[in-house]
Amino acid sequence: MTSEPGRENDARRRLIDQAGPDQALGAEVRSYHGQPVIKEPVWTWEIPMYFYTGGLAGASAGLALLSEVQGNDVLARRAWAVASAGIMVSPALLTSDLGRPARFLNMLRMFKVTSPMSVGSWILTLSGAATTVGAANSLLGLFPRLGRVAKPAAALLGLPLSTYTGALLANTAVPVWHEARWELPLVFASGAALSAGALSVIATPPPAAGPARRLALGGAVAELGLNEAMKKRLGPHGDPYRDGQGSAFGNLSRIGVATGAAVLAWQGQRSRLGAALGGTLLSAGAAAARWSIFRAGFTSASDPQYVVGPQRAGIERGTRRGAARTQARVAEPDDRAGSALTAGR
Amino acid sequence: MSLQTHAWPSTYGAESRPRVGFFTDTSICIGCKACEVACKEWNQIPMSIQGFTGKSLDNTVDLGANTWRHVAFVEQSLPADARDNGGDLVRAAQAGAAIDAGVQTYQEGDGFRWLMASDVCKHCTHAACLDVCPTGALFRTEFGTVVVQEDVCNGCGYCVPACPFGVLDQREGDGRVWKCTLCYDRLKDDQEPACAQACPTNSIQFGELGELRERAEHRLAKLQDAGQDKAQLYLADDEDGIGGGGAFFLLLDDPEVYGLPPDPVDTRRDVGEIWAAAGVAAVALGGAIAAAVFGGRR
Repeated sequence: MTSEPGRENDARRRLIDQAGPDQALGAEVRSYHGQPVIKEPVWTWEIPMYFYTGGLAGASAGLALLSEVQGNDVLARRAWAVASAGIMVSPALLTSDLGRPARFLNMLRMFKVTSPMSVGSWILTLSGAATTVGAANSLLGLFPRLGRVAKPAAALLGLPLSTYTGALLANTAVPVWHEARWELPLVFASGAALSAGALSVIATPPPAAGPARRLALGGAVAELGLNEAMKKRLGPHGDPYRDGQGSAFGNLSRIGVATGAAVLAWQGQRSRLGAALGGTLLSAGAAAARWSIFRAGFTSASDPQYVVGPQRAGIERGTRRGAARTQARVAEPDDRAGSALTAGR
Repeated sequence: MSLQTHAWPSTYGAESRPRVGFFTDTSICIGCKACEVACKEWNQIPMSIQGFTGKSLDNTVDLGANTWRHVAFVEQSLPADARDNGGDLVRAAQAGAAIDAGVQTYQEGDGFRWLMASDVCKHCTHAACLDVCPTGALFRTEFGTVVVQEDVCNGCGYCVPACPFGVLDQREGDGRVWKCTLCYDRLKDDQEPACAQACPTNSIQFGELGELRERAEHRLAKLQDAGQDKAQLYLADDEDGIGGGGAFFLLLDDPEVYGLPPDPVDTRRDVGEIWAAAGVAAVALGGAIAAAVFGGRR
């Protein structure tokens, strides 16, 4: 991770300025040889890719069910196909990221609400079964009775499937993720709506694709707006979005989403080609947004200024307690504790 | 003082043992790295990268999958006329008070000092790694410590960014995460952990946590008395962000100087908010899909 020193100093200055004038005079955030305080995640490309495919599958199942209820079978069948594709790729991506892929079933040894990954593993498992049955019913006519239960289940489970991933990132010590705990699930929900809409728009003839188009456009507006809101509220914590891959992929995402939405709004109803182009741009934008959020976490974790700065500033301001104290809780020093060698076992 | 965790001693009943931990008194650390070596040997940890980092005498760099004890080396040059604590330190040393108090890390004369500290897994009262582990590989032992079961861990890596101290990491070529077990095997045989046994100055003190905390308070009072006014106890309180550490430290400067976070927080504290946000977002997504399908013109 390289960054221009000027920008880095600006970032540090902002962190210090937040602490008030006393701290601002005190120069830099102190660190141990500039070493990171927390570890960067060990997750690889499969994880942000899964954020995309999981959300895509989840929101597509909802779109498929409701289109079916509305009687739009042309759209419903295609949305079920998208949902089943997304849900089949997802576990493969997650398993491939494991350090010990053969032990993927250990994910279902327990159910733990303190672990969004545990809850998510169960959601994905159940949603995977329901979506597969639902899609098989819609596309192949299999499971006529089971399908009636599986489809609503897939649509309902698809909603938390699209948002728990935001909770998963927020539930870490990485400041840029943890401090965005209110926004991240919403951002992921927008991305899910946007990509589900976009893929169905690509696959469906324009006259039947109205709901998918509206979902894609609504998701695009929400994604752009929520990302900005998140960065605004993060303040100095959000600096990893202003630098490096977090910034580069954020820009790519905004370009993709904005132009894709424009093309779709303008040509989506008239031309199949326009719809396909708009949908592809939107979809690429949604994937780039996942990557931007993912990489920003690495930047946030790897630089002690992002971890130590806000903690120290909070302690100076009196808003955080801190984990160290200089006041002893005994009045008198005990001579027995005075010497290294008598303090022993 | 309450030293109870979510799972200790309640889930162990009669099998629970006193909660044990480390009190690391960095004021008497001489930077010999015997703890690093003893830990590697006893736990048969693979070799770490060998090389010269240029970071003082520290070529170990940080805690990780193959480093469960890490000795930090900080070189500080404090001019004698500094208006802050640097001047006090020099004066205290000149008066011999620091030496009487047994501060080993100070070199007299030109205001230059070494800070050395042996870092380790904190065995938190509220342990984020344990809370986020989806497989249950991480668990709370009958001694109140936190251990990874190597036969269960599937290398999902969630604990790695969840730990507020950056203790856990995935081992290359192995895929699982590894960290200090507080020598669980030795505890079961009533032996003290290898690092504590190897420490020649008793900077690493092993024992029952309540007793260690009491000892640490007296030591802090003694150092404050000797003019070490930046001396501080770190992770010695139930009220801090992790509910206190099973391993805690007496430091001679702020935690971040040693690479430790000044206010670590277990992410479980916010997990209610986090789930609420995910729930709100899920409902909003459902509403958006319904609006897109039913809200349009024909």
